[in-house]
Amino acid sequence: MPTITLSGEPFEVDEDGFIQDPARWNESVAKGLASEEGITELTEDHWKVIRFLHNYYAQFGSAPMVRKLSKETGFDLKTIYKLFPTGPAKGACKLAGLPKPTGCV
Amino acid sequence: MSEDAKPARPAKVPFAPSSRDWLEPTVKFAAGRWSYSAKPKSLRTLEFPNPRDWSPDQPDWKLPDNWKEIILQGLRERMDRFRSLRLFMDCCVRCGACADKCHYFIGTGDPKNMPVLRAELLRSVYRGEMTLAGRLLGRWAGGRRLTPEVLKEWFYYFYQCTECRRCSVFCPFGIDQAEITMLGRELLNLLGLNINWVMEPAAKCFTTGNHLGITPHGLKDNLEFFVDSIEEITGVRVNPSINRKGADVLFVAPSGDLLAEPGIFTLMGYLLVLHQSGLNYTWSSYASEGGNFGMFASHELMKGLNAKIYAEARRLGVKWILGGECGHMWRVAHQYMETMNGPADFLQEPISPITGTHFQNARTTRMVHIAEFTADLIQQGKLKLAPERNDRYRVTFHDSCNPARSMGLLEEPRYILRSTCRHFHEMPAETIREKTFCCGCGAGLGGEECMDLRMRGGIPRAEAVRSVREKYGVNLLSSICAIDRAVLPTLMDHWVPGVGVAGLHELVGNALVLDGEKERTINLRGEPLHEGET
Repeated sequence: MPTITLSGEPFEVDEDGFIQDPARWNESVAKGLASEEGITELTEDHWKVIRFLHNYYAQFGSAPMVRKLSKETGFDLKTIYKLFPTGPAKGACKLAGLPKPTGCV
Repeated sequence: MSEDAKPARPAKVPFAPSSRDWLEPTVKFAAGRWSYSAKPKSLRTLEFPNPRDWSPDQPDWKLPDNWKEIILQGLRERMDRFRSLRLFMDCCVRCGACADKCHYFIGTGDPKNMPVLRAELLRSVYRGEMTLAGRLLGRWAGGRRLTPEVLKEWFYYFYQCTECRRCSVFCPFGIDQAEITMLGRELLNLLGLNINWVMEPAAKCFTTGNHLGITPHGLKDNLEFFVDSIEEITGVRVNPSINRKGADVLFVAPSGDLLAEPGIFTLMGYLLVLHQSGLNYTWSSYASEGGNFGMFASHELMKGLNAKIYAEARRLGVKWILGGECGHMWRVAHQYMETMNGPADFLQEPISPITGTHFQNARTTRMVHIAEFTADLIQQGKLKLAPERNDRYRVTFHDSCNPARSMGLLEEPRYILRSTCRHFHEMPAETIREKTFCCGCGAGLGGEECMDLRMRGGIPRAEAVRSVREKYGVNLLSSICAIDRAVLPTLMDHWVPGVGVAGLHELVGNALVLDGEKERTINLRGEPLHEGET
């Protein structure tokens, strides 16, 4: 399995760069992954999305519905795509340390 | 994606035959045409052999030393066990009726994607290794030996088949190509050669209840979100229950409908119809998945996943099972369940408590499709409908492969569409009903990494949609499968931009007049009911 180095620490990632152990996530991981997703700087708006996703995953064990993400953060889908060019399921979930969603979605 | 499949430059598909002998394995894993390997963690959960890190595009597949023996022994056992396989290995006359019926052959032009030749990849090994003529005469008898290259060719092409069975409709012998792919993949699974898009969801069905890993409290949270959304739109508060003993009916939907758009609107439609009908039903957090990815890996896995639904029906003490708009679930239920896990005689023959209709077609499985249930309610005059609420849509219907070809569910969805929409138009006859073209992503091929294959395989369906878009202004493609809802939006955006995708029950939910509802101004997506309004 491929490994990447974030803040000097090695992390196992899948083929698309999602970290494999969500428990090892921290804010410097998000910062380290941002550039890969075409994000130059993580603003407070980015953090709002990342924190919601991370906390939801910690509580429920899976990703939330995009509608729920929009409702809770107040950002519509267009805004989320502006913040995370590869979208909520890929870019935002990756930075928040969630696994890649797999199944009929 | 490769350059020549961009919509601005319609795919150039070469159909010229190769000068090479087809018996020579030629496997170049083309970019965008293969799926990632399964993670070892999922294989351990499922107790499948050879969990390890590997990748199909790397030379070393990390196979056990006796891999050849395992495959040949596995093939022998399956030839003894499945009469169908034995028949399919011997009875093809290579007439070629199936050759141009496959969406992947049409989309890629790769001769080994002709169903006949894809099957020959396995048959040639059967002949070369297991028949006297093949052992003596080799390639003169169409036989070849099993080599590492042949094994790679199997993997490449058995994961370029969606088990949709369009080719089987045209086969004069009725050879079921899907079963050949299923057996081919089952053999590959003996060596740990499988894809993540199949194995991870299957593993999660056992660890959390469904493909997406939605936990019981996650299921509750999601349903509550839909209940609130429905109340905002309609003024009516529906009250779904989970794991409730004493319910008459267990409802099982594909888990994609709980998470992703546009499936969530289909799910809101289920909630509305079930509420308005007054059916005494429950969801389950254990049987929270209709889809059965075991069909894409092995008979044992398919059996185990199907058994979960029946175990939960028994535990809850329901009378019968109602299933949602799922695809492969219905082939498993209608064609395998009875001999794998049946008969389900601890359940009752399904009778609609609202209309008194006996669903005689489901008397062995005791599992009714929600399109059958809703069509019956409409036909018996139990639902009040306002089809003008779907007037912003010009709708066409994509027959999802398995409900269409494996259970003959052709009329009910159309009856429902004509009752709930005023603008419904059929695609050309050779692309619908039992001749329907696959979405191009079934049987586990929905990953982002095989996008080139997906977009190519979807060309026939997309072209059929384009024709009704040009003729009738169609702007919505409806279907009854969660894989469709997950992948068709990408296909439409790529080939026929401007056409949306919806499940059948989303349209029912829009049109359904609920007791005590407020004046509806928006549909389930939150869009104004009529185009042009704000």
